[in-house]
Amino acid sequence: MQIYLPIAEVVVNAFTLVGLGGIVGLMSGLFGVGGGFLITPLLFFIGIPPAIAVATGANQVVASSVSGVLAHVKRKTVDFRMGWVLLAGGLVGSSAGVLLFNLLSRLGQVDLVVQLCYVVFLGLIGAMMLQESLRALRRHHRSGPIKPMRRHQHGWVHKWPMKMKFRASGLYISAIPVLLVGAAVGVLGAIMGVGGGFIMVPAMIYLLGMPTKVVIGTSLFQITFLSAYTTLMHAVSSNTVDVMLAVLLIVGGVTGAQIGTHLGARLRAEQLRILLALLVLAVCGRLALDLFLRPDDLYSITPGVLQ
Amino acid sequence: MTRCRWMLLPILLLPLLLPGLPALAQLRPAPPHTPTPPPAEQIVAGLSRDDVDITTSFDGSEIIIYGAIKREKPIPPGEPLDVIVAVEGPARAVTVRHKERRLGIWVNTGRVSIGSAPTFYVVATTRPLETILKPELDQRFRISIPLAMRAFAGKSEVADVVPYTEAFMRLRQESELYRQDDGAVLLAEQTLFRADVRLPANLIEGFYSTRIFLLRNGEIIDSFRAPIEVRKVGLERWLYRLALDQPFLYGIMSLAIAAAAGWGASAAFRLIKRP
Repeated sequence: MQIYLPIAEVVVNAFTLVGLGGIVGLMSGLFGVGGGFLITPLLFFIGIPPAIAVATGANQVVASSVSGVLAHVKRKTVDFRMGWVLLAGGLVGSSAGVLLFNLLSRLGQVDLVVQLCYVVFLGLIGAMMLQESLRALRRHHRSGPIKPMRRHQHGWVHKWPMKMKFRASGLYISAIPVLLVGAAVGVLGAIMGVGGGFIMVPAMIYLLGMPTKVVIGTSLFQITFLSAYTTLMHAVSSNTVDVMLAVLLIVGGVTGAQIGTHLGARLRAEQLRILLALLVLAVCGRLALDLFLRPDDLYSITPGVLQ
Repeated sequence: MTRCRWMLLPILLLPLLLPGLPALAQLRPAPPHTPTPPPAEQIVAGLSRDDVDITTSFDGSEIIIYGAIKREKPIPPGEPLDVIVAVEGPARAVTVRHKERRLGIWVNTGRVSIGSAPTFYVVATTRPLETILKPELDQRFRISIPLAMRAFAGKSEVADVVPYTEAFMRLRQESELYRQDDGAVLLAEQTLFRADVRLPANLIEGFYSTRIFLLRNGEIIDSFRAPIEVRKVGLERWLYRLALDQPFLYGIMSLAIAAAAGWGASAAFRLIKRP
């Protein structure tokens, strides 16, 4: 069924979009990630203009993270205080990110920056995750004693001023690194059209030293608000949110997410993480090919006059 | 040959007989270069429809442009009559960019901005355009595809804009937005003509102009102009207007839909899981 998207002004197959949303939802249910890092490049591949894909991707992230955060609030695995501080940093970062995005669109290099961001971050995170989960799997096979991860490592992060108590995380650390992490993820989220969960989660564990059990809930909590804010900023500053596109993706996405959660319960955590790492690396590789291989057509048309 | 033409007549007449079609000769424009008296041969034309609605399921549209040549005297001898039909979408500014390899990756380097180029352009003719239209008349009336593009915007950064404009026309032709259809106008007995123009699915809103030129011996002897209005309707129109006029409200609405869907899905999931 072909459908005309009112803002993107392109015709696409509605079932393709619901299917894409479904696949991404399945992944997010399976792996506990927002799925923004998958949906935005997939939208590029099917011919949605990049600016629309990024803004609408942010809207879709709102739907999937709302559904996730509700479950975590029930399980009391959200550190609200940490979430608010991260969000404060995130809002600043996101505003800067949207401004940067608009500046780059005017310069005509936005596609390149978005693609480079994807390749670099997906490559780094995918490689790190693969290495870490392979090591975990090997340890599991040797069935040796699992070394407990040491928390409360007093590193450089703990020497900074403006210390705050984060009771749910059991941390007493400076608010500055928290704000910085929030801001960095905000900038990336606005440029890449992602919630930033796949960057936020490792940053919370390795940089802030938060316990794993509150990490996902807290990250989802701040991502919900942050991507809502990003969506609104894009809608107001560049009219690039296509609600028709978003609805189709969301319909597939929320259904897929529920199926994914079911499937995920039956697989082992290390296997899941290896699969996710491979998936992340595959998306990264596909995007990298576009940068390194000679494009089919060296010329392209963009609407408007670039300065 | 004559028999062949006679067989075409019923096809050509069909739209004329269909009920509910807009009346013929909607507009009578000033003839291009013979003020008075009126030309010996005049176009009387109509369109199968003068508006196209973009609905959610819009999948392109077919427009039949048809008409007849009105004349008081018998058909003049010599070169046969020719008809050119051009349909042109609203003009927009575009930038054509060129990629080059820099530091191992492909980067957009050069660019040329075209201040005003039609978003859609079809020119259909009875015989090859180059043979029936004098170049100076093409220049004046901007009929062929290269001349339909107008004004370069700003100062150009590249030494040679020609590869860019050629790439632009090629890309637009590949996406079926620009087309030159030589021989697509059917003309019977130098009197009745008909052209079928297919509008693709990825149209934008606005007024599309239809121009019809009547030619003999390379000269334009009469012309005719009529608009086609393409507009989004229903939900498409409502969303588009809301996004442009009330972006904040539109953003809030998008978020509300997303949040409701997320909440609804987890609530529905709990319901399914409970029994």
